[in-house]
Amino acid sequence: MKLLVCISKAPDTTSKIAFTDGNTKFSEAGVQFIINPYDEWYALVRALELKETLGGTVTVINAGKADSEQIIRKALALGADDAVRIDLDPADAYQVAANIAAYAKTEQFDIILTGKETIDYNGGVVGGMLAEMLDLPYVSMSSKLDVDGTTIKIEREMEGVKETVQVKTPCVISAQKGMAEARIPNMRGILASKTKPVKVINPDVTVVKAGVKVFALPAEKTGCKMISPDDAAQLVGMLHNDAKVI
Amino acid sequence: MTNLVFAELSNGKLRKTSHEVVAYSCKLGPTTAVAIGQADAGELEKLGAYGVTKVLHVNDQRLNNVFSKAYTKILVEAAAMVGADTILLSHNSAGKSIAPRVAVRWNASLYPGVNSLPENGSIRKAVFSGKAFADLTLGEGLKVITLNPNSYKPEITGGSATIEALTINVADADFDYTVLSIEDESGGHIPLPEAEIVVSGGRGLKGPENWGIIEDLAGALGAATACSRPVADIGWRPHHEHVGQTGITIKPTLYIAVGISGAIQHLAGVNQSKVIVVINKDPEAPFFKAADYGIVGDAFEVLPKITEAVKKLKSEG
Ligand SMILES: Cc1cc2nc3c(=O)[nH]c(=O)nc-3n(C[C@H](O)[C@H](O)[C@H](O)COP(=O)(O)OP(=O)(O)OC[C@H]3O[C@@H](n4cnc5c(N)ncnc54)[C@H](O)[C@@H]3O)c2cc1C
Repeated sequence: MKLLVCISKAPDTTSKIAFTDGNTKFSEAGVQFIINPYDEWYALVRALELKETLGGTVTVINAGKADSEQIIRKALALGADDAVRIDLDPADAYQVAANIAAYAKTEQFDIILTGKETIDYNGGVVGGMLAEMLDLPYVSMSSKLDVDGTTIKIEREMEGVKETVQVKTPCVISAQKGMAEARIPNMRGILASKTKPVKVINPDVTVVKAGVKVFALPAEKTGCKMISPDDAAQLVGMLHNDAKVI
Repeated sequence: MTNLVFAELSNGKLRKTSHEVVAYSCKLGPTTAVAIGQADAGELEKLGAYGVTKVLHVNDQRLNNVFSKAYTKILVEAAAMVGADTILLSHNSAGKSIAPRVAVRWNASLYPGVNSLPENGSIRKAVFSGKAFADLTLGEGLKVITLNPNSYKPEITGGSATIEALTINVADADFDYTVLSIEDESGGHIPLPEAEIVVSGGRGLKGPENWGIIEDLAGALGAATACSRPVADIGWRPHHEHVGQTGITIKPTLYIAVGISGAIQHLAGVNQSKVIVVINKDPEAPFFKAADYGIVGDAFEVLPKITEAVKKLKSEG
C-alpha cells in the first residue's frame, strides 16, 4: 500500500495563546510545537500499522516553512519512510489542500489520510477539499479502518450514530479517536529519521480565499461564584433567574 | 446575499442544527432551503417560520444517508438554479464532509465553523480549540459558510414555505461508499454535540455504578451526559461521551462538571460553553478558574440536592 498522511504543525495544547503584529499573527514565543494530535495519533499511527502488516510505504506531507522540520523528523522517527514539505506558510485551508492535491496527482497513493481537524485552525475541511480536487471518495470522522485488498472497511462516529461503510481505494479518509493508539518513537527510529529523505517543493497555489483578518481573545471569566454545599439547591435558582440557562 | 441553505434530515426529521443554520441564513438574506432524502409529513413546512419561502426537496431514499459527493452535486446544481451566491451548512459531521467539496467544485471561499453573523466585512470563528477567535475576511465572490452547532438561536419570524420537488440525476459514481450498517448510539437522547445542557462526570465519581446521580440530574434537566477521558478509557462510560481535546468538542449553554479536575485537555472540548458549573471536593481544582458557578463539596451529597431543586422548579413550571 502506498499511503500519504497529511500532518500539520500545531501548538501544544498547554500553550499560552497570544498574538502579535496588531493581533494578526500567532505569537510563537515560548510555544512548543507538536504534530497535530489527530494527524499523529490516529492517521499516522494507523498508516504505520497498515504498512507493518501489509507492506508498502508511508509518506508524510506538510505545508509549512523550515520550522516544520522538527515535526517532520518526529513523523519519520515514528516510522514514516519519507516526507514532503511544501514550502509555504499557509493562510487558509484551501492553500493547504490545493498544494497537497497538486503533489498527490504526481503519485498514485492508495489512501490519503488526514486528522479530523487541526487544534489551531479547527477547520476540519482539508480532507474534503482534497477528495474533491482529486475526484476521490471521502470518508470523514473515521474511528476504525481495516483493509482487505482494495476494499476498506471503516467505522465512522458521528452525532449519536456509528456508521460502518465500505469504500474502494484510492480514497481520502479523515481520522479521529479510536483508529489507533499513540506511539512514542524509539531510539532506532530517532536515529533512522535523521537520514530519511525530506523533499522540499515550492507551492503551486498561493491564492488566499478566506484568510484571517485579525485574532481576538475571549473575555476573561469575571470570577466563579461560589456556593456552599449546604445551599446547593440555590444553584438552581441562580441558573434559572440570573444566568437564565434552565 | 442570495442564499442556499442545506437543511439536513435525520430519520425524516430536521436536525436541531438545521433549524439553526436555516434561521441564520434567513437573517443574512433571501434564502432557499434544500432538503435531501425522505422527510416526515409536515416537517419541511416548519422552515417557513424562519423566513424561508421555498424548500427544494430531493426526495430520493437512496440519499437518506449523507454522501458528500452526491450531496455536493445537488447543492451546486440547486445553487445555480436559484442564482445563489452563498451556500450555508451546519458545521456538524455532515456539513464538514460536504462543505469542503462544495467550496472546491463551486470555486468559492470557505468559512468553516463560524459562530456569529458577519460584522464589518469579516466573520468570526473559534480557533486554538476555543482559546481564541479569528475574524475571517469576507470576500466578494461565492461563499460557503458552515455554522457551528449551538452558536445561533433560531428566531421565529413567521411565514410559510412552499415545498418543491427537485430532481437531480445522481449516478452510482456519486456515492462515495456503501453503507453496511448504522448503529444508533444515542439511546433515544439528543446527540451530545447538539445538547443545550450537558451534565458530565469525571474520575471523582469513583466507578460506573455511581453514574445514577449524573443521569438523574441530566434526566431532570433534559440534558445529555458526557465524561472526561479517563472515564471513557477505563470503560466506565461509552467513548462517544468523551469530551475534550481527544474526544469531541461541545458548546452547550450550560455545562455541569462533576468530579472533573479541569485539565487543559478537558477544557479544550468544553471552554466554549456559555455557563460552566463545577462541583468538586477539592477547592484547588483548576476547573474553578474556568467556571461561572462552583460548589466545593462531595458530589454524592451535593448532586441529589440539585436534582431535587430542579425537579421542584420544573414542577412549578
Ligand atoms: C495528550 C492528552 C490528551 C488528553 N485529552 C483529554 C480529553 O480529550 N478529555 C479529557 O477529559 N482529558 C484529556 N486528557 C487527560 C487530562 O489531562 C486529565 O488527566 C483528565 O481530564 C482528568 O480526568 P478527571 O478530571 O476525570 O480525573 P482526575 O484528574 O482524577 O480528577 C478527578 C477530580 O474529581 C474530584 N473528586 C474526587 N472525589 C470527588 C467527590 N466525591 N465529589 C466531588 N469531586 C470529587 C477530585 O478533586 C479531582 O479534581 C488528555 C491528556 C493528554 C496528555
